[in-house]
Amino acid sequence: MKVLVAVKRVVDYNVKVRVKADNSGVDLANVKMSMNPFCEIAVEEAVRLKEKGVASEIVVVSVGPATAQEQLRTALALGADRAILVETADELNSLAVAKALKAVVDKEQPQLVILGKQAIDSDNNQTGQMLAALTGFAQGTFASKVEVAGDKVNVTREIDGGLQTVALNLPAIVTTDLRLNEPRYASLPNIMKAKKKPLETVTPDALGVSLASTNKTLKVEAPAARSAGIKVKSVAELVEKLKNEAKVI
Amino acid sequence: MTILVVAEHENGAVAPATLNTVAAAAKIGGDIHVLVAGQNVGGVAESAAKIAGVAKVLVADNAAYVHALPENVAPLVVELAKGYSHVLAPATTNGKNILPRVAALLDVDQISEIISVESADTFKRPIYAGNAIATVQSSAAVKVITVRTTGFDAVAAEGGSAAVEAVAAAHDAGKSAFVGEELAKSDRPELTAAKIVVSGGRGMGNGDNFKHLYALADKLGAAVGASRAAVDAGFVPNDMQVGQTGKIVAPQLYIAVGISGAIQHLAGMKDSKVIVAINKDEEAPIFQVADYGLVADLFEAVPELEKLV
Repeated sequence: MKVLVAVKRVVDYNVKVRVKADNSGVDLANVKMSMNPFCEIAVEEAVRLKEKGVASEIVVVSVGPATAQEQLRTALALGADRAILVETADELNSLAVAKALKAVVDKEQPQLVILGKQAIDSDNNQTGQMLAALTGFAQGTFASKVEVAGDKVNVTREIDGGLQTVALNLPAIVTTDLRLNEPRYASLPNIMKAKKKPLETVTPDALGVSLASTNKTLKVEAPAARSAGIKVKSVAELVEKLKNEAKVI
Repeated sequence: MTILVVAEHENGAVAPATLNTVAAAAKIGGDIHVLVAGQNVGGVAESAAKIAGVAKVLVADNAAYVHALPENVAPLVVELAKGYSHVLAPATTNGKNILPRVAALLDVDQISEIISVESADTFKRPIYAGNAIATVQSSAAVKVITVRTTGFDAVAAEGGSAAVEAVAAAHDAGKSAFVGEELAKSDRPELTAAKIVVSGGRGMGNGDNFKHLYALADKLGAAVGASRAAVDAGFVPNDMQVGQTGKIVAPQLYIAVGISGAIQHLAGMKDSKVIVAINKDEEAPIFQVADYGLVADLFEAVPELEKLV
């Protein structure tokens, strides 16, 4: 079966971002960009499904700027077969991304779509669920285990109380959580090979997708800073401070 | 203006997160209705009717809603949402699962994990693991919002007397089925509602060593959490993870043991009132946010702390 994986280009998870002085957003100039960590897990899961003989083809898609080609090439180096970039320089909200992905799903007709559960920049945790709504597919969010069995996929989900397993009719949407797998690194030969794999670029217009949003970001501020406290010398001193100064025990 | 709050409930009781969500609704202003969807949830609906500030409880009691499968619950919420100005749910795994599906079906963008209400259409929410706070305005006819529970003090669970009204609609999409669940069993307080949280990281070394934290937690009446590193290493289960993509906690006292303090972890606990860090590495970033830092071997310090508190 065909598996579609969506990936997002985001600020690298090791970067501590700074808010711009004019409060219009965070400063991304000269900041290292990477594939969103949850998307790496999504790519890895698709590659493992292919290695198991469950997936026959992996199509990776990104909705974003021209530079997102880098992340698509990374996914190709990790084992995806071909890539699609829905290219736009606009700032996108989740619904717009979900609509673009829906158009790609309509065209590609995958049996399984795997996405990261959230992007570490906007922290929205919405796109997979929205894509499920727009396609009418079942959804298995926050997955820690994915097993395709016949015309169903069993998804074990990380929920607040522990783990929950659901059986979804295919086609279905899965969003990844941290424990689903540990993504591999791309080997140099595979990075070279990835350069020759097909990467198609389309515009949202060509897909007939509106990128309009009902959300508008008015400003972005730095959070209230937490100042470092004191170092205590002993456990006894710590207990004394917690009892008499902080009064929390 | 009328606001619909999608209630979170478990084991026949209203979950505390619902009370924080009603508090956020109260900040927005207007009548507050609460939707209780599930099976055999009459008791939950009666409890929800007592929540302070709630005007009406809608109860959708049907086998289709028993495990809150989003394929079934989202169409129910969408059908009801048309009469409301806002639809709110707590940013629990359940709320996060269902509400974006509702938003997309209503053709609106959701605002995730608000931490404050600026006005009826403008809200603040953390982005970039809490390293920036965005002020977001929604022009949607029905504003779909998840609420970070630590941002709003819970309303009283008692004192209200709302009317309870049954909703007939039964949506069974027939696309998904509940197979099973493994829920953590613990006599300790729930992580996101505890007044004191003791958390362990990679420095704990293994899962067995968490017994030191459990002993301390039991003495303090605390919940026990963990960093991503400890969960990934298999020391403890996923439901204990505190951080950007795990649970967000803001207790009166947070004791971080053997946790270095990656930004992803800080995102989940830095709004705690008092933070204590115990780590043998004095350069660990956790000390930059700790009110009280103790540079020590945790295997000596934690048992001693347990004796002294």
